[in-house]
Amino acid sequence: MPTMPTNGAPLGTPTDVTQGSRTKGVIGESTLRPDGTLKVTGEFAYSSDMWHEDMLWGHILRSTVAHAEILSIDTGEALATPGVYAVMTYDDLPTDVRNYGLEVQDTPVLAHRRVRHHGEPVAIVAADHPETARRAAAKIKVEYEELPVITDEASATAPDAILVHENREDRHFAHVPHPNIVHRQPIVRGDVAAARRRADFVVEGEYTFGMQDQAFLGPESGLAVPAEDGGVDLYIATQWLHSDLRQIAPVLGLPEDKVRMTLSGVGGAFGGREDLSMQIHACLLALRTGKPVKIVYNRFESFFGHVHRHPAKLHYEHGATKDGKLTHMKCRIVLDGGAYASTSPAVVGNAASLAAGPYVLDDVDIEAIALYSNNPPCGAMRGFGAVQACFAYEAQMDKLADKVGLDRVEFRQLNAMSQGTVMPTGQPVDSPAPVAELLRRVKAMPMPPEQQWLAAGVEADVRQLPGGLSNTTHGESVVRGVGYAVGIKNVGFSEGFDDYSTAKVRMEVVGGEPVATVHTAMAEVGQGGVTVHAQIARTELGVAQVTIQPADTQVGSAGSTSASRQTYVTGGAVKNACELVREKVLAIGRRKFGTYHPAWATAELLLEGGKVVTDGGEVLAGLVDVLEAEAVEVEEEWRHRPTEPFDLRTGQGFGHVQYSFAAHRAVVEVDTELGLVKVIELACAQDVGKALNPLSVIGQIQGGTTQGLGMAVMEEIIVDPVTAKVRNPSFTDYLIPTILDTPTIPVDVLELADDHAPYGLRGVGEAPTLSSTPAVLAAIRDATGLEFNRTPVRPEHLTGTA
Amino acid sequence: MDFLRPASWEDALAAKAAHPTAVPIAGGTDVMVEINFDHRRPEYLLDLNRVGELGDWEVGEESVRLGASVPYAAIMDNLRGELPGLALASHTVASPQIRNRGGVGGNLGTASPAGDAHPALLAAGAEVEAESVRGSRLIPIDAFYTGVKRNALAPDELIRAVHIKKAAGPQQYSKVGTRNAMVIAVCAFGLALHPDTRTVRTGIGSAAPTPVRAKTAEEFLNATLEEGGFWDNGRIITPSVAKKFAELCAAACNPIDDVRGTARYRRHAVGIMARRTLTWTWESYRGTDGGVAQQRGRVA
Repeated sequence: MPTMPTNGAPLGTPTDVTQGSRTKGVIGESTLRPDGTLKVTGEFAYSSDMWHEDMLWGHILRSTVAHAEILSIDTGEALATPGVYAVMTYDDLPTDVRNYGLEVQDTPVLAHRRVRHHGEPVAIVAADHPETARRAAAKIKVEYEELPVITDEASATAPDAILVHENREDRHFAHVPHPNIVHRQPIVRGDVAAARRRADFVVEGEYTFGMQDQAFLGPESGLAVPAEDGGVDLYIATQWLHSDLRQIAPVLGLPEDKVRMTLSGVGGAFGGREDLSMQIHACLLALRTGKPVKIVYNRFESFFGHVHRHPAKLHYEHGATKDGKLTHMKCRIVLDGGAYASTSPAVVGNAASLAAGPYVLDDVDIEAIALYSNNPPCGAMRGFGAVQACFAYEAQMDKLADKVGLDRVEFRQLNAMSQGTVMPTGQPVDSPAPVAELLRRVKAMPMPPEQQWLAAGVEADVRQLPGGLSNTTHGESVVRGVGYAVGIKNVGFSEGFDDYSTAKVRMEVVGGEPVATVHTAMAEVGQGGVTVHAQIARTELGVAQVTIQPADTQVGSAGSTSASRQTYVTGGAVKNACELVREKVLAIGRRKFGTYHPAWATAELLLEGGKVVTDGGEVLAGLVDVLEAEAVEVEEEWRHRPTEPFDLRTGQGFGHVQYSFAAHRAVVEVDTELGLVKVIELACAQDVGKALNPLSVIGQIQGGTTQGLGMAVMEEIIVDPVTAKVRNPSFTDYLIPTILDTPTIPVDVLELADDHAPYGLRGVGEAPTLSSTPAVLAAIRDATGLEFNRTPVRPEHLTGTA
Repeated sequence: MDFLRPASWEDALAAKAAHPTAVPIAGGTDVMVEINFDHRRPEYLLDLNRVGELGDWEVGEESVRLGASVPYAAIMDNLRGELPGLALASHTVASPQIRNRGGVGGNLGTASPAGDAHPALLAAGAEVEAESVRGSRLIPIDAFYTGVKRNALAPDELIRAVHIKKAAGPQQYSKVGTRNAMVIAVCAFGLALHPDTRTVRTGIGSAAPTPVRAKTAEEFLNATLEEGGFWDNGRIITPSVAKKFAELCAAACNPIDDVRGTARYRRHAVGIMARRTLTWTWESYRGTDGGVAQQRGRVA
């Protein structure tokens, strides 16, 4: 097990930065993002905006049924359509590698004899116009023989259940109780039976979490350009270039260095771009036709083109003594992974290991599984397994607090974990865990005034009321409710994964100025990584000018833009590379000027404002004079401390790198007659370790909070339980919050350093998504007095007319 | 797909006569969605954007002649006094961008039960001015909606305008959606008091195969108001009368279960909206002694 650093300072001391503290635009400042103005003025080039002379348009034919044998595919008429250059099916794939997948290679590039979910790719077409490609695809005749659909745990594990995947060879198969279960992770610690006997109160609950979509605004798109060397250049919106590359190249039959990938403008991701979408299809068509091929999904196709958040059924039991101490927790979490594995195994690991929430619980019995079914494939989405669990355990906390007769916040504080608490996995939390303090802070925030719809005059301002401009109430039946929730999320890839990043940093003199160039393969998906990288380089190298190179596969992997990890891991890699560059620059300086001033040998040297200075502030030399025509360049991999897999039987193990905590207070107003909800305020307190860019941190927290709000009251992919077909694949019927649904989100940021992390920072992107949903649900329960055990909660649930 | 671009109304009528399958397009806020989603591939699109007079309106003695292409934003800005119910309905249409493009003619042409304008038109009382090369006619709004996304237009007819009765009393409009803006109606309700004729009219959206009036509810309320002398004495409508009215409005629904909501919820919500809009309009009527009331429910 890794040991704690011993740098003298007590753990949790805010990070003090010496190097770079006299340079502008360094960490801790809210420097503006370079892509910000372009994005808000509509000038930013997204991947769907790309164009290449002579390019073709690709189109994908998708299955119209969820589960069927493919009896035949007739592409004759499509191929004969004027303007069509290629039609490809499974039989046209160039190598024997015909499946791909992030962890388990179970996903066919194109369907082979069978489709396992609604919207599965069956054939691809390239034509000289997108409409021609679409029409040609419609002429492909696919004969299906429908199979019974597997849609839930009962149908998946029935004795006569059809196996979604025959002949499994993945590493989880050996330990799952049924072949239609992707992965199972139990976590057992302490003695639940004994602890249960100490409980004065026991509450049980059965919770249902709907299927959420990432709903990123830039649909899947990319451009594949065949190269003269037989390779292909792929310009693509993704979350992880090198993971894509590893999956694409073998299918094409190309070595990885002949598939050159460049990140193009990404319009959001939230986990939905971690799996491949059109990457292989575009490359296949480009290599087949010898022409550049562009593919852009429309919104409808996007709903079928990426994985969603796992819907879940969660059963929880908690006990407490009469003085309010938790005794034990038992839970069973069933996640529906859909037709292909995607990241289901890791989501299971997260759901299980974070199932207890940020509480002291020494006696737990946890089981999490993910199913294979014929529902849409589910995988990564912001919060990744921890979101579903948080929704359930926070509902339990309210119920239990009420039983014990304690204030709901006080009850949580009484049981809150802190630094040193041991997780159900046996892993001690070895950095600040200010759970009680976060709750105190959100509770202490001033409450929004009552009846704000009357604030502007005698008439009701309907924009301030549930229903908004739809004018459904002028205050009638509007009841306020308040709810609290807190959550715990891991940061970085867990369970022994080699989670590294690579950064190449170069320093040289350009136009008489010292300039740093930072090159990584980090996918900027809107999180602001490029902003932070420049701040880190300025901090570590003391220069004003920093150039961020486009992300591509000409540099080593940066890992995924997910798991709240990029500022930690790629930020850490940039910091590390900058430090190495700094050492090299100082070495050059010592060589050139060391004999002129003793401080070169004796003082601590810093790079500040383009100069080498002593820690006392004395200028020794300009970087221009040190470097002259020389360029200093370093490319290095950087790793956070290692983790271990969870034991398959007990779930014990040092599985996570870091934890991140956020708490919310939701204030809602509910029209109890119509069942309409307006969230008035959603206050958040979060510990971020160190805010490298405070404005971006607040943006992340507000965004995550809003995504959680959407899950509480409107966002759900509705899958027909009989046909397993998606019923609302559009923004007409899959609703996400508008600005009129988005409340004021006051944010209180704590900065308690994690001494294991660069600058003491903590990944921020996901934690706010966890506690937002249960806080809103708690507030709705508070307003209505009704018990809701599912999310999202819709008007028919609130009015008993479901 | 051929794109027809007549420069005048006469040319538009001629084009429609020559190509009866042509789908007229003005703001495009319905038609383009259908085309983009590949739900519809018309042989001809008939672009009406060059026919300027479709964007004009005239305020007459009795009614407003609203050109088919007058955008919702213009109704909100200019006709709030004459057409308060329709102005409120216009506020609930999608987003500002869509309200700048879409108009009532498109709502009528599509005749979706979820069209936001319909309940307001039904409640206010309106006639659709349909024209073809054969001539012009006025179709009463009650006879206009003939089925799910079907209307009374002949294949060669275009909608020139809609004649909407000017408000002689308070009007209200409510719509339920699952979010607070930019949402297709789960169900909607329009109500207009007509003190001049001593009648109340209603309109229900998204709760039956077509937009409908709650006629039994109207008859009940008209009779009750008449018998009690309410129009003259301005008495408060008792909760029991409002409740009965609400029940009859709910009973006028013939809704379905779909991804937007359940049939049970729709019936329930229409009843609530009926009661509330009746209360708002009647309070407004009482407060101004029978004149055209200032609308409660400030919208910006």
